[in-house]
Amino acid sequence: MTGPEEVRNTPFYGNVGPLLNEVLHAVDRLLETDEPTTIDLAGLPFGPGELEHLEATLGTGELSCKLDALGTSRIRETAYPGVWWLEHRNPHDEVVGRYIEITRTPEILSSQEADITAGRARLEDQLTT
Amino acid sequence: MKKRPTVGEVLQAKGVSRRGFLKYCATTASILALPPSMIPRIAAAIESARRPSVIWLSFQECTGCTESLTRSASPTVEGLIFDAISLDYHHTLQAASGDQAEAARHAAMEENHGSYLVLVDGSIPLGNPGYSTIAGISNLDMLKETVEGAAAVVAIGSCAAFGGIPGADPNPTGAVAVDELVTDKPVINVPGCPPIPMVMTAVLTQFLTFGQLPELDKHGRPLAFYGQTIHDRCYRRPFYEQGKFAETFDDEGAKAGWCLYKLGCKGPITYNACATAKWNSGTSFPIEGGHPCLGCSEPAFWDKGGFYNPLSTGKFDSGTKLAGAAAAGVAMGVVAAAAGRRRQDKFTREG
Repeated sequence: MTGPEEVRNTPFYGNVGPLLNEVLHAVDRLLETDEPTTIDLAGLPFGPGELEHLEATLGTGELSCKLDALGTSRIRETAYPGVWWLEHRNPHDEVVGRYIEITRTPEILSSQEADITAGRARLEDQLTT
Repeated sequence: MKKRPTVGEVLQAKGVSRRGFLKYCATTASILALPPSMIPRIAAAIESARRPSVIWLSFQECTGCTESLTRSASPTVEGLIFDAISLDYHHTLQAASGDQAEAARHAAMEENHGSYLVLVDGSIPLGNPGYSTIAGISNLDMLKETVEGAAAVVAIGSCAAFGGIPGADPNPTGAVAVDELVTDKPVINVPGCPPIPMVMTAVLTQFLTFGQLPELDKHGRPLAFYGQTIHDRCYRRPFYEQGKFAETFDDEGAKAGWCLYKLGCKGPITYNACATAKWNSGTSFPIEGGHPCLGCSEPAFWDKGGFYNPLSTGKFDSGTKLAGAAAAGVAMGVVAAAAGRRRQDKFTREG
């Protein structure tokens, strides 16, 4: 994993450092008020290699999930607990969204009411046929 | 009017889970440049939104805008066509041709009178109706006939939005922009040569999601995508601040990725989203490839001096080269377009 010294001395364009500070502030908010934050990476400027540098800097934590819905999504906790990296792909395996979520659990991991209801109906059907 | 299924119904019929739907809404928020906190509202709106009928007209154009649209990854063009909109007429993409194609256009206009969207790429020649025709109909006549029952018109690409390359000096066909002719409907300009695919789909998605058109700038462009300059969001901006510039295309500064301002970059005065939305599924954009921004989403970009002249030479802002084309008819068109924009403002405000 990239160390703090390397982050400060990034060989890139200077767009990663401010974002990591934003993540730090969001972690503070989560700890102090339990308020989650989502950072949409699509609207931020990154030079060649900077996004990869950001991802490598945040690293990989204990939990990693794959979601198969309208294409694959990968959701993993970074090396910093409470900081999640989400990458959504479409059915053609093209990236359609990248987010950093600072939260205890990303909402998309929770089973949804409508899906639970539909699943229950399927289970009931199976039991009665 | 035929009752169209809602987007929620279409996705449900395709077996898309609620979780998948939330993912769809998250990417929708992203392309609309809305904060993630808007996702629940987007989800509620999309679930009940009915797929609008869309008629796409191609006039004096190179098909580059359609090529760009078909490279849209979020949503994909087929996803957009099958899930979100009903694309009822498009020369290049539709299977029907000749009389059948024209019948499809008329059927869509009748069935959805007052609620359909018209997308136009290409400028309209006023010099001679024969310069550009479809099924024997002049571009001007087809535009007038088709927009009559439209809810709004979207001018796709710099040719439709500003006259573009067909309208460049000496403008041999008398090409004009859509909003110089359509003055009684809201017109949204989505310029670029071509426009970013995501921006085109986002305008449609905004209409679909909220049933209203986006907030526009003085050139009729959606502020969500044209609200900041390329320079504002350029990853090379830190070099501009430090005074580090490439002086030639092969010097050490160019190799180090320094600012391209001195090589003619029009990023500081060009409003577009290339620097963050990027191209080819977010791969890169011209500046990332080492080439200055040409300013293609600005009016008359083709006639504003050399692409490689720095802005500091003042040529880009010179109006002298445009003077020859400033005929009385064009001036009247500008007045009409301004009046149209006032209506757009009202439409946008009232939502």
